[in-house]
Amino acid sequence: MSLQYWNEPMECMDRDELRALQSERLKKIVRTVYHNVPYYRTMMQKQGLVPEDIDGVEDLYKLPFTYKQDLRDNYPYGLFAVPLSEIVRIHASSGTTGKPTVVGYTRNDIALWAELMARTMTCGGTTRDSVVQNAYGYGLFTGGLGVHYGTERIGASVIPISGGNTKRQLMLMKDFGTNVLACTPSYALFLAEAIAESDIDRDELKLEYGVFGAEPWTEGLRQEIEEKLRVKAIDIYGLSEVIGPGVASECLCQCGLHIFEDHFIPEIIDPDTGEVLPEGEKGELVFTTITKEGIPVIRYRTRDITSLTYDKCECGRTMARMNKVMGRTDDMLIIRGVNVFPSQIESVLIDFGDTEPHYMLIVDRVNNLDTLEVQVEVNEKLFSDEVKRLEELNASIKHAIQSTLGIGAKITLVEPKTIERSMGKAKRVIDNRKI
Amino acid sequence: MLVKQISVFVENKQGRLVDIIEELYKLEINIGAVSIADTTDFGILRMIVNQPDKAYSGLKEAGYTVSMTEVIAVEMEDIPGGLYDVLQVLRSRQVSIEYLYSFMRRTDSKAIIICRVENPNDAIDALQNAGKRVLTQDEVYSM
Repeated sequence: MSLQYWNEPMECMDRDELRALQSERLKKIVRTVYHNVPYYRTMMQKQGLVPEDIDGVEDLYKLPFTYKQDLRDNYPYGLFAVPLSEIVRIHASSGTTGKPTVVGYTRNDIALWAELMARTMTCGGTTRDSVVQNAYGYGLFTGGLGVHYGTERIGASVIPISGGNTKRQLMLMKDFGTNVLACTPSYALFLAEAIAESDIDRDELKLEYGVFGAEPWTEGLRQEIEEKLRVKAIDIYGLSEVIGPGVASECLCQCGLHIFEDHFIPEIIDPDTGEVLPEGEKGELVFTTITKEGIPVIRYRTRDITSLTYDKCECGRTMARMNKVMGRTDDMLIIRGVNVFPSQIESVLIDFGDTEPHYMLIVDRVNNLDTLEVQVEVNEKLFSDEVKRLEELNASIKHAIQSTLGIGAKITLVEPKTIERSMGKAKRVIDNRKI
Repeated sequence: MLVKQISVFVENKQGRLVDIIEELYKLEINIGAVSIADTTDFGILRMIVNQPDKAYSGLKEAGYTVSMTEVIAVEMEDIPGGLYDVLQVLRSRQVSIEYLYSFMRRTDSKAIIICRVENPNDAIDALQNAGKRVLTQDEVYSM
């Protein structure tokens, strides 16, 4: 096993020094947001806090949390800490209802992101001699461009093929001599089976490593991918609100994801009380960005459930490691790498004049690809006694969901009261995937 | 001259149709004519019944998605060319037909065409000018 680092001084820094560095950076970012982002200033004032109250990492717990909803309430640019003239890139991910969550990057942020993705790709076996097939989606989603910039920073060759078009993926994989595949784990498995069914012999391929993320996956799925695709499968983690991919990555030891703590301070909290939990306990992961300029986030609630360990890894890295994500504290689904909230579907249906839509999302995995079916109860507002109008309704709901979420869904019109009513919180999702 | 028709949304599931019909039976409603439009996932049941308002509210209370639409009922001769005769009148007025079904009358063996068209007033006017008998609500329900 080659133990390569992209930035050894940082990735293997002594933990006391790291904490001192974090404290300095935290103090600076708190001053910055207090003076440049009215939202954060108001939130701190409500708690009776001034920047001087935060004298280091030990004071982090005093700061209020930031939620996805806060980004939405300040849509699109309200939480940016720099004028728009300093922003060179804008990405967005799906919000909980109609509007996306918007993040802006300064030139320095883009350089930082490339650095972190260079660390990530290096963690996953990429060197300057590698050919990286990047099958993450390019676009507003941060996956594609994140991997792209990191790979270029290393000096490896990136194939910006983006997602989909499996036949072409296989052709280029063989003809271009791909060593590293970057995509979602479910697509990796799909590609493995496509290779098995094609006339390509696995021995003709140079694939060695897979850098997989953007959706939760189990150890079982990892084993299956490693056997079928014959690669070392590395889990990577990130979210656009923090920076995108490049927040944390497994190394070749595959024993937890190293969080790049010189830029992000992780905490594990009790999602109900907000109390910080001790090392090793399972809870909600929270991040504070301490160097990002465009849109710093303070104690951002990821809604991902995991635990942390601070022991030094066999690979020599000293950065904290998070376990694979074990679940969510909200109802967000990840379907084909895309974040989906049931409330987004609800707002689409409300746009169709259905004031109180009854619907059910049925998520499944067929041939290793996620499928989404949306069952919609046909009430009198939606009903027409002409088949063509109902078919038009079906097609327009499908289209609206496609344009809101960016993923295709099968729409099934069902009779009223066929979707189970519950007394408390409505059950909106049946997830049949075994992940 | 328009006739009330009851339409019900039906999922393609075994036993759904009979449930609806049972509901009408319990309400002591007589069905004069019935037709089903089917697609892969669902169907639309369309009916001419003797008490459309009662059927509408009864089915609605039972939880079905129901609508009341107005259709044309026109009498035709039960002979070769009978339907052609009616349709060519509609064509001459450029009336588009959304859907159509038919039933036989017991008393005089005349056939009745039920159709939904885009512009019903034009259609009725054309049919009456051509000497076709367009039935009123009462005439249809009393059959």
